[in-house]
Amino acid sequence: MSRSGAIRAACVALLLALVLRPHWFAPVFAPFAPAGGPVIYERASILSLSLSHLGLVALASGLATLVAVGLAILVTRPAGAAFLPLSRTITNIGQTFPPVAVLALAVPALGFGAGPTLVALFLYGLLPIFETAIAGLSTLPPATMEAARGIGLTRWQRLIRVELPLALPVILTGIRLSVVIAIGTATVGSTVAARTLGEVIIAGLLTSNTAFVLQGGVIVGLFAVLVYDALSLLETALTRRLGRQPAGADT
Amino acid sequence: MIEIDEITKLYEGTAAVDHVSMTVETGTITVIVGTSGSGKTTLLRMINRLIEPSSGEVRINGESTAALPKHELRRRIGYVIQGDGLFPHYTIAGNIGAVPKLLGWSRDKTRARVDELLDLFSMEPAQFRDRYPAELSGGQQQRVGVARALASRPDLLLMDEPFGALDPIIRARAQADLRHIQRQLGSTIVLVTHDMEEAIHLGDRVAVMDGGKLLQHGTPAEIIAAPATDFVAQMVGGVDRPLRLLSLIPVSDVLEDGAAEGEPIAPDTSLRDALSLCLWRGVEALPVADGDRPLGRVTLATIRARAAELA
Ligand SMILES: Nc1ncnc2c1ncn2[C@@H]1O[C@H](COP(=O)(O)OP(=O)(O)OP(=O)(O)O)[C@@H](O)[C@H]1O
Ligand SMILES: [Mg+2]
Repeated sequence: MSRSGAIRAACVALLLALVLRPHWFAPVFAPFAPAGGPVIYERASILSLSLSHLGLVALASGLATLVAVGLAILVTRPAGAAFLPLSRTITNIGQTFPPVAVLALAVPALGFGAGPTLVALFLYGLLPIFETAIAGLSTLPPATMEAARGIGLTRWQRLIRVELPLALPVILTGIRLSVVIAIGTATVGSTVAARTLGEVIIAGLLTSNTAFVLQGGVIVGLFAVLVYDALSLLETALTRRLGRQPAGADT
Repeated sequence: MIEIDEITKLYEGTAAVDHVSMTVETGTITVIVGTSGSGKTTLLRMINRLIEPSSGEVRINGESTAALPKHELRRRIGYVIQGDGLFPHYTIAGNIGAVPKLLGWSRDKTRARVDELLDLFSMEPAQFRDRYPAELSGGQQQRVGVARALASRPDLLLMDEPFGALDPIIRARAQADLRHIQRQLGSTIVLVTHDMEEAIHLGDRVAVMDGGKLLQHGTPAEIIAAPATDFVAQMVGGVDRPLRLLSLIPVSDVLEDGAAEGEPIAPDTSLRDALSLCLWRGVEALPVADGDRPLGRVTLATIRARAAELA
C-alpha cells in the first residue's frame, strides 16, 4: 500500500473508533478534563450525532448543488446570460452573510432545530459551486462543442450528454470546497439546537471541559479531511478519464 | 445535388464568404481549396447551418436547408470537423456510434458498424473499441473523426481538412480509402483542404477560393490547364503543371500495341507514375497488363507528346 493509502486507512480507522468506541479514548482525553469531571461526552451517542451532522450537510449541500448548478446552466445559455450579474450577487450575498447571523435571523421564522442550520449551510455553500460550474461550463473544448452541434445533438442533448459530463470534474471541485466548509460550519447549528457534533464542542465550552472540545473537534476535523480526500480521488479519476490534466498537475 | 446560391457571410461588415454560388452533383467529390482564412470552413459550415448565412441559400436535392430543424438537417449530413472534435468522455466505440445512437439503431447493429469502420481504417477493433480519445495518437483520433462521420452512411459528407494530421503514407491510404468508400456508396462529399495536391488527387471537381470569393470551379484538368486567375495558376504551381496534368491521365488512355521489358504496370497507373518508372528503370517503354492479361505498352515518347499537347 502506498504511503498516502496507509495514512488514509489510519485516518478512517481512527475516525471509526472515535465514533463507535469513544470510551477507548478516555485515557487520551483525561488530561484535558477538569478534575473529577466527565472525560467522554455521554449525553448523546456520538454515532447518532455524527449521522445527523452528516445528514444535515448532505441535504444542504445537495440542495446548494442543485440550485447553483441550475443557475450556472441558466446563465451560460445565450438566453440566460443577462441573469449572470444578478445570480452572482445572490450567491455572493449567501457567502458573505455570516452563518451565525443567518441562524439568528432564521430562528424566529423556522424555530429551533435543524431548519435554520439547513438554511445557513445552503446559502453558505452556493457560491463555490456556482462559480466553478460557470467556469466548467464556459471553458469546454470548442472543437468538441462544434462536433456536438455538427452531429445533430439538440441543445438539451448537448447539455446532458456533453457539457455536464465534461464540466463535472470542475463542478466537483466546487462541491468539495462547499461540503468541507459545511462540515465545519454545521457545528454552529448546535447553538440553535440542531443535532450536530457541535453539541459536544459547545458542551465542552459551557462547562470549561477541554476534553469535550477536543473530542468533538477531532471528529469533525477527520470527517472534513476524509470527505475532502474522497471527493478529490473521484475528481482525479474523472479528470484522467477525460484526458485532461488534473487541476494543479501542470506548471 | 447541393445548390449553393449566392451565399454570403458577413462578420462585422467584412465578407468571410462573398456571394459564392456552385452546384455539387450527387455522387461526386468536390474539394474546396484555398489558403488559410480564405473562407473554406465558413462556406462548408453554412451547408449544415452550423453558421447561418447572412444572405443566400443552400438547397439539397431542391429543398432549402432552412426548411428543416437544424439538428435534423445535421443528422443526415456526416461532418468531419477541422481538428477532430471527438467526445473525450466517450470511448472510441461511443464516438463512432454517436449518430447511429441518435438515429435509434439497435445496439448490435451499431456495434457491428463500429467494428466495420475501425477495420476499414486499419485500427484493430478489439484493441481500440474501448479506449478513450486521449489514449490515441493524433492521426488515430483524426481517423476516428472520419469514421464517426461515416457511421450512419450519410448521403452527404462534409469534411474539413480530414487528413491534416496524417503522415504522407497514412494520408495516401486514407485518401484511397475515402475514394473507395465514396465510389462504393455513391456518397456526395464536400471536402476542404489547403493542399492543391490533395484537391487534384481526390476531387471530381475543385473549387478554388481566395478572400471569400470562389475564383474557379471545375474539373482538376480544367483548373490545371486553364487557371482562371494568376492566383489559381500560382496555387496549381507553374513548373509542376505538366506533371500534375499527367497525374490525371491513366496509361489505359494512351495504350499502344506491342511488348516491353520489365514488370508490367496496371492500366489505371497515371502517366506521371509511368514517366517516373521509365526514368527510374532507364527504359523507353513499359508493359501494361491487367493482372495476368497483357494489354500492350506505354512509351516515353507518347507520354512526352501527351505532355506537350497539354501545355
Ligand atoms: N466567428 C468569426 N468572427 C469573425 N470573423 C471570423 C469568424 N469566423 C471566421 N472569421 C474570419 O473569416 C475568414 C474565413 O475564415 P475560415 O475559418 O472560413 O477560413 P479557412 O479558409 O477555413 O482557413 P483555414 O485554412 O485556416 O482553416 C477569416 O478571415 C476569419 O478570420
Ligand atoms: Mg478552416
